[in-house]
Amino acid sequence: MFAMAGFLGSSYQFHWGVLWQAPHGQWLLNGFLMTLKLTAVSWVFAVFLGILFGTLRTIPFRGLRMVASAYVEFFRNVPLLVWLFFWYFGAPEVLPESVRQWVVYHGMEYWSAVAAISIYHGARISEVIRAGIQSIPRTQVESGMATGLSVSQTYRLIVIPIALRLIVPPITNESLNLLKNSSLAMTIGVGELTFATRQIETYTAKAFEAFTAGTLIYLGLCLGIAFVMNRLEKKFAIPGLIARTERAEH
Amino acid sequence: MNVDFAVIISNAEFLLLQGLVGIGRFGGGTLRLAVPAIALGFVAGIILGLARLARRPWIHYPAAIYIEFIRGIPLVMVIFWFWFLVPVVIGRPVPEYWVALTAFVIFEGAYIGEIVRAGIQSVPKGQIDAATASGLNYIQTTGSVILPQAIRNVIPSLVTQFIVLFKDTSLASIIGMMDLTKAAQTVSQRELRPFEMYIFIAVVYWACTYSMSRFSRWLEVRMSPERAPSQ
Repeated sequence: MFAMAGFLGSSYQFHWGVLWQAPHGQWLLNGFLMTLKLTAVSWVFAVFLGILFGTLRTIPFRGLRMVASAYVEFFRNVPLLVWLFFWYFGAPEVLPESVRQWVVYHGMEYWSAVAAISIYHGARISEVIRAGIQSIPRTQVESGMATGLSVSQTYRLIVIPIALRLIVPPITNESLNLLKNSSLAMTIGVGELTFATRQIETYTAKAFEAFTAGTLIYLGLCLGIAFVMNRLEKKFAIPGLIARTERAEH
Repeated sequence: MNVDFAVIISNAEFLLLQGLVGIGRFGGGTLRLAVPAIALGFVAGIILGLARLARRPWIHYPAAIYIEFIRGIPLVMVIFWFWFLVPVVIGRPVPEYWVALTAFVIFEGAYIGEIVRAGIQSVPKGQIDAATASGLNYIQTTGSVILPQAIRNVIPSLVTQFIVLFKDTSLASIIGMMDLTKAAQTVSQRELRPFEMYIFIAVVYWACTYSMSRFSRWLEVRMSPERAPSQ
């Protein structure tokens, strides 16, 4: 992409100053903060849904398992963009008038985006959690019990510490996907980073500068989070286990 | 609250023929974009996966930087880069379809490259030695011995990524390409029936992606006759 700068030739005048001139610098900062907020809030809901439905898919009650499977299979197999449009344009249509009024006056774009992102990514995280739970061999529990630990001790000292470590790499990966996917919220008018970038491009016609800023901020965020999580993962690695669990990309 | 599903029937032809398949005066089409994007993305991924494992540093470092760079930014950013800058560079407007196709191949190639790399790394090293010992050169070893085994080992991850790509084609609607999502947007603005429209295309997308994942399971069993079907 940066190689394009060479091809742009003399017809394009660079003006990097547009990025920090008022009010563009403020737009960029607000966009960045909104991306962080949208990502963090959606992440909390998504992880909650992921743990709930991921666990439900492993329990021995057929009815609940089917409900959880239906949720996961339907929501993760439809594009996030469609869910954003559904929650923003479609869902309010069938809400009772009073509820709709309330939502419209309380940041409907933002809450539609939170609903779409957390329900979509909740379904994806469910798969990660389910795979994590199912990857712990039953023999671990049995040997724990055989050495005289109680059920709660077995879970607290053996199952949960192993499961958490196995789940961290794919959860990190999925969280980075969530961060990148939060950029789609611009399509329903949430003023996040990509929205701010587009706005600067529209007002100044400086596409190259605006998109460079947006790209570098996303890159910094993603690489930064990946670096920290990688360090954590190494620090808490289980001795003797070399296989990292398969990354869940779906 | 009144839901009217008749609106789906009366617009099904436009949504499915124009939006999904791409037959009509608007061009575009989800399938007409997704099929070449998957094929070309796969080719790009094989090249990137091989490049990342190359011994020569001037091949594997650029490949690694490319993959890490692309994986660190949202797809919509890549689409905007091409949408706004390619016309400036080449001096004339480019149709949305070609912008979207280029952006998808560039973006998904990086993800598929990582999967192909994992596949190649899962092939035992003895296979290379055996191929070399039987007189095959690098191209023959890679093409006839390593890649077929590598790809077979990662079929589930590959199909998963193709499903992701298929869902990602909905982003082409952001730059105005008439795909299934854009078709639903257009119809719902005219009919004022967003709820019905988006539920309908959600089901259509779901039917496509779900059949892809069923196909993947079938393929996995079929291509590994020595292994029992894994469930």
